Amino acid sequence: MLDLFETIKKLAAIHSPSGSETAVAEAIADIAAPYADEITRDTLGNLIIRRKGAEGGKKIMISAHMDSIGMIVTHIDDKGFLRFSNIGGLTPAVLLNVPVKFADGTRGVISKDGKAELKDLKLHHLYIDIGAKSREEAQRYVKVSDTAVYATETYRAGDTIVSPYLDDRIACVVLLMALQSIKETKNDLYFVFSAQEELGLRGARTAAFQIEPDIGIAVDVTGTGDTPEPKSHMDCALGKGAAIKIMDGSLVCSPAMVKAFENTAKQNDIPYQFEVLEQGGTDAGAIQLTKRGAHSAAISIPTRYVHTPQEMCSEQDVKSAAALLTLFAANEISL
Amino acid sequence: MLELVKKLCMLDGVSSFEDQVRDYIRKRVAPYADEIYEDVMGNLIVHKKGGIKPVERIMFAAHMDEVGLIIKSITDEGYLRFGTVGGIDTRVIIGKRVLIGEKHVPGVIGIKAVHLVGKEERKSVPKITDMYIDIGAKDKEDAQKVIEIGDYAIFDSDPVEFGDGFLKARAIDDRIGCAVMIRLIEQGPDIDAWYAFTVQEEVGTRGSGPAAFAVGPGIAIILEGTTAGDMPGTEPHRKVCSPGKGAVLPFMDNSAIYDRGVHSLLVKVAEDNGIMWQNKEYVSGGTDAGTVQRTLAGVKVGAISAAVRYIHSPSCVASIKDFEAIYNLASEFLKACGGIKNA
Repeated sequence: MLDLFETIKKLAAIHSPSGSETAVAEAIADIAAPYADEITRDTLGNLIIRRKGAEGGKKIMISAHMDSIGMIVTHIDDKGFLRFSNIGGLTPAVLLNVPVKFADGTRGVISKDGKAELKDLKLHHLYIDIGAKSREEAQRYVKVSDTAVYATETYRAGDTIVSPYLDDRIACVVLLMALQSIKETKNDLYFVFSAQEELGLRGARTAAFQIEPDIGIAVDVTGTGDTPEPKSHMDCALGKGAAIKIMDGSLVCSPAMVKAFENTAKQNDIPYQFEVLEQGGTDAGAIQLTKRGAHSAAISIPTRYVHTPQEMCSEQDVKSAAALLTLFAANEISL
Repeated sequence: MLELVKKLCMLDGVSSFEDQVRDYIRKRVAPYADEIYEDVMGNLIVHKKGGIKPVERIMFAAHMDEVGLIIKSITDEGYLRFGTVGGIDTRVIIGKRVLIGEKHVPGVIGIKAVHLVGKEERKSVPKITDMYIDIGAKDKEDAQKVIEIGDYAIFDSDPVEFGDGFLKARAIDDRIGCAVMIRLIEQGPDIDAWYAFTVQEEVGTRGSGPAAFAVGPGIAIILEGTTAGDMPGTEPHRKVCSPGKGAVLPFMDNSAIYDRGVHSLLVKVAEDNGIMWQNKEYVSGGTDAGTVQRTLAGVKVGAISAAVRYIHSPSCVASIKDFEAIYNLASEFLKACGGIKNA
């Protein structure tokens, strides 16, 4: 069995922001290979791992996105400072003094130009300092269009895991755990490690077009309402179990699927909670509306500080999500 | 090339009213086309077979439509209330001449007389709902003789060459792309390719999806006009790109992260052939690429753009020598894709 902590530590450290997912795809494919019947990558870069099932079972697409948010260099100035744009949702204030790294290992730190006021901080006030003294020196390490990601570590704090990019590498771990645990399945399973989710569920849509699933399941992180003075009234909390999504900004989950998840959790004593996320979306939203549609739903891992360099989730919730996914995907489904 | 761009910039083509542009292109390229048809949306799809067939089907796309205005109502006094079709910068349209409908009824965009505008009010940009088009009509009835609700309007702005090889015109976005495709069809390399002259790009890249769905390309290259910010007072890192510095090769905009392989190949082809090119050094705007990329089971997309100042205004400004660079790069890219002898 794979070691949960070691696996997330490994995957979270891999440089693979949206549009450049090859490195993480290769690492995931290596782990998945012994349990896969087919491994393919498609045009947008989705990694698709198939587990064949019995004749007449449901075709299920299970999607966790392997891309992460990040920064993309747009301009290198005379003094060697790098201006950048966001890949996915970045909050300028969160980025101040954050350490970042490029694909080749080049390190740097984000700072802001001196005139910018903190309260009006915009992305174009920020730059990455890689310690270069001139444009020429900077260009030896970085070119316009190169990408950077958070260079923070993965560690344990209490019962939680703190790491960059739990969104959504922790769900990639959940899929790998399920893939390993499922001995036999009645269903035709397509584990999709999707690309470019952070830019608007882009990869899942084309993957679903090709797979044409009966059922679509996304595994992703979700927000929580369990920190001091939470902004939203969200009921999710760390440690209370796998979150069964009711709705988010991208879909209202199939009520039959929600019921089926709940029944599976109850019958097997898997801790669970319900999730209503006001903003944001998941791959399930894209799968649901592809071609003639698919029954779609999602299992989430409640996560604090999403899209910051230090995201936090409960190890128990991850195990619960994996158990729920495993039992649902392996058994006969009637909706 | 320049004459072709100028000719195309003279045609009316506000989104969903692309008829003039489509008719002109159709007449011109039909003799060279092995297959040519207009689809349900109004996209003009052209297939030109060549002696060489690329391993992956290649589609070029450029949009025929342009931003413009649309007449919404006529006041009792005979003034026209209007809305925008596509993104128009309302700061620059006051006092501009417009031509309405196919008959090109002349008008001017007006606003409340200056002596009635208070001190505070002068500091803000007037809203489109405060503006009107004056066609010199006596009253509503008089206006109705020449205007119908739903008529489009274009800016009255003829192409003018000026300065150090610059062209001013409306609709350079994206008649430059159309011109490049016409020339590829007429005199490009003898290589099998599809060309989609798309509609309704300016109102949300609506035409290109159905076009790509029908063509089913492996690789799509979008030919576009893109915003240049190289004017005084702009910080270097927000200038995006500059007319005269060559074909713009975007790696990311709001519509897509362009396929890394296609983008790298475009850069390599430019370098190998000594074609001037520049990065798009800011993430802004979007193209048909986003929609095409996510059509069917996915399409590898790239883009070659022209840097255009004051884009979406009556007076777009681009560099004439960039046009050649864009054509040459598109043409050399097609050759670089290689392929096998066509059966």
